[in-house]
Amino acid sequence: MKKPSAAALSLALLPFLTMCFSVPLWDRIHPMLLGLPFNMLWLIVWIVLSSLCMWCAYRVETARDTPARRGR
Amino acid sequence: MSPAAICLTTIGAIVAFGTAIGFLAGVRRRMDLEQWTVGGRGFGTLLVFLLMAGEVYTTFAFLGASGWAYSRGGPALYVLTYLTLAYVVSFFFLPQLWEAGRRYGMQTESDFFAVRYGNRHLAGFVCIVGIVCFIPYLQLQITGLGIIVSVASFGGIGRVPAMSFAVVLLVAFVFAGGVRAVAWVSVVKDALMLLAAVAIGIGIPLVHFGGIGPMFAQLAHEHPAHLTMPGATANLGHAWYVSTVLLTSLGFYMWPHAFAAAFTARSGDTLRRNALVMPIYSLTLAFIFFAGFASVLIVPGMANGDLALLTVVRQTFPPWFLGIVGGAGALTAMVPASIFLLTAATLFAKNLFRPLCAPAMSDDQVARLARAMVAVMGLVSLMLAVFTSSTLVSLLLTGYAGVAQFFPGVVLGLYWRRVSTTAVFTGLVVGVASAVVLMVSHHDPLFGVSAGFLALCLNFVIVIGGSLLGAPSGHEREERVRAEQFASMFE
Repeated sequence: MKKPSAAALSLALLPFLTMCFSVPLWDRIHPMLLGLPFNMLWLIVWIVLSSLCMWCAYRVETARDTPARRGR
Repeated sequence: MSPAAICLTTIGAIVAFGTAIGFLAGVRRRMDLEQWTVGGRGFGTLLVFLLMAGEVYTTFAFLGASGWAYSRGGPALYVLTYLTLAYVVSFFFLPQLWEAGRRYGMQTESDFFAVRYGNRHLAGFVCIVGIVCFIPYLQLQITGLGIIVSVASFGGIGRVPAMSFAVVLLVAFVFAGGVRAVAWVSVVKDALMLLAAVAIGIGIPLVHFGGIGPMFAQLAHEHPAHLTMPGATANLGHAWYVSTVLLTSLGFYMWPHAFAAAFTARSGDTLRRNALVMPIYSLTLAFIFFAGFASVLIVPGMANGDLALLTVVRQTFPPWFLGIVGGAGALTAMVPASIFLLTAATLFAKNLFRPLCAPAMSDDQVARLARAMVAVMGLVSLMLAVFTSSTLVSLLLTGYAGVAQFFPGVVLGLYWRRVSTTAVFTGLVVGVASAVVLMVSHHDPLFGVSAGFLALCLNFVIVIGGSLLGAPSGHEREERVRAEQFASMFE
């Protein structure tokens, strides 16, 4: 197990930008899509996309770990 | 049978079934300290997932989140965000923490501070702060149980007898089962809660408004301000949202039980994979929000928002269904509450009492003392739940302001060679003290920013600044050796 890589960290920055820091941009009711207020829909979509971001980060991290394990 | 009887019987049956599964999981294993607290460090991805989901989705998510959607509106959305971001954060230190835990035989958060910083007083302080922060969290669960039983009995059973009974059941359960029992009851609890959340999140808007879309359309028309921040509050705007999300997502795994749950895993990779799946699970909460927002239109003007969800369920569905929702809710309170009891008791016996009062105690004696402490903690929280009142969400946020202060010490301790023990200790004390002062003097939020977050910033500045400037402590050699051992683990 290594220190987290810069690549994985930058993938993790995306959910923070979209779900947290950018709140003034998306905290509104309209446009209502799929019957949901815009802020709620935005968060729901990003919960799923965050999981996807972390899956990419997981691929990055395991790729780094594997050669080290072989060398041991 | 009267509606109340049908409802209470259903709840009773669900709780009995869940408890039985827990007891069976604990049978035929020798319960030494390692087995009781960290399940012998042998949990695979599924069991770790169940344990973590079990302790995360508490009454807070069930009644508290819907209660805030009802009484505060928009600001409640922070819950969806922080739960997702907490897992994102965990991905970057939990696996490494597991590695350190295995190497040094850590069982608790206080163990980490003792091993990394080699300071008994720091470890003791971490322990005390951890135990104190648990009390509002436990109180939250017990209050939730009281609400469920009194709504389900149609007012027939008072909150105090309901809460007392719940505490007795809890203590017995933790006593017998340990952490493995808790993980297995989570299976029943999560399945039921998922079912209940989806059913009420879709069912309530459908019955009253013809669907989720029409419900939100009506709400946007009648109370447009309720759906965005600051909603029905004066000062919970965007600055509050950002600061609270940061405080709670960084603080999430600083809860001593969540921290300790990491040590139950079989490998660090288990924890990484867990971080990918858990956000999806928090989608369940969206359904609870639908029900909470629908309550604004169905039962306007309730004084206690935490009652809104169950009151609407009672109005909308037959009694047996209220029983299922209530039973799911009861397990949702009991499972985490037993983890809190288990963790707090272990912390007290192993990290506070033994090192300070009776160094000669054996592990078996520690385990016995821990069991006795379970009863004491249960009683204290029951007293608080009976004699004080606060909304479920504000109880949780109080605890978060405290535990989040561990974050700099944990994360910098893992990765940064230069971090100094004195700086970590000072930062932690100042962080906790300033959070307490701001909250007690009713300055939360301060200028629209969460008080706990301001305290955390101060804490970070002290830890980083103090470590860089570094007054000599006289233990530089030992500190450097420990820092080297930790940092070299992750290269």
